[in-house]
Amino acid sequence: MARVVVDVMPKPEILDPQGKAVLGALPRLGFDLVTDVRQGKRFELQVDGEITDAVLAEVEDVARTLLSNPVIEDFEVHVEEHSVAEVAHEAGRA
Amino acid sequence: MKVGVVTFPGSLDDVDARRAVTIGGNEAVALWHGDDDLKGVDAVVLPGGFSYGDYLRCGAISRFAPVMTSVVEAAGKGLPVLGICNGFQILCESHLLPGALIRNDHRKFVCRDQRLRIERVDTPWTSAYAEGAEVTIVLKNGEGGFVADEATLDMLEGEGRVVARYLGDNPNGSLRDIAGISNERGNVVGLMPHPEHAVEDLTGPGTDGLGFFTSLAEKAFA
Repeated sequence: MARVVVDVMPKPEILDPQGKAVLGALPRLGFDLVTDVRQGKRFELQVDGEITDAVLAEVEDVARTLLSNPVIEDFEVHVEEHSVAEVAHEAGRA
Repeated sequence: MKVGVVTFPGSLDDVDARRAVTIGGNEAVALWHGDDDLKGVDAVVLPGGFSYGDYLRCGAISRFAPVMTSVVEAAGKGLPVLGICNGFQILCESHLLPGALIRNDHRKFVCRDQRLRIERVDTPWTSAYAEGAEVTIVLKNGEGGFVADEATLDMLEGEGRVVARYLGDNPNGSLRDIAGISNERGNVVGLMPHPEHAVEDLTGPGTDGLGFFTSLAEKAFA
């Protein structure tokens, strides 16, 4: 089983109230080094078999059609062997 | 006229919208998101609410509901379609209207009686209003900030496609105070405030919203 990740982020010129809310909470918690936060979405898509150009083309299509709204969001597709959950488990965070 | 009101899972204002259709002098027909049959209606209202729980993005999943395939096709042929609040979000996601609606800039849900100016009155939904009419209807949204790039905003203004604009304080960060827009032809209108909650004196701020539901009949008999 292979995994393709789609990251979706609000376009730079689009206001991101959620990111601003997170940023606003940081100094209250004593985190002073972060100067900006943008909040997006990460999709982990499972596909059967090898990841071919055809698979990636279809994932691009999925990202453009459903996962993102091109008016307000950009997306990026990449292949990652491990899910966030697996990486966190390896690192002993889960 | 027969006016279909679509119920999606998570629609909240479908019953109020049907009631407003009836009070406006038309026959309300309940339509179901999972059925692509428009039952021969003469117009369609996409009501407010949180269809599909607003999952992914507001309106993003509703756009692909079977009924929307029929609505998009019929809208292309001139069927009058009014999207209110969540319905406006669905129309933008369906690309029947340009732009998108994002979270309110102040991050709070807003619920208040809102003053508006009606700027386009040659649509099947607004012909009952005088151009420039100032009305008060209910506004209630969490993600009502209308955004589009500058070129699109200039186009909407240049072509006279801004249907309604907020008066007074901008309630949600909508660019250029835009509360509602139409497609080029004018048959498809998206509106963030809720005219269906302002059709009776007993409830709501008055009857200023009724024009959205009487315009259809006036147009038909004109």
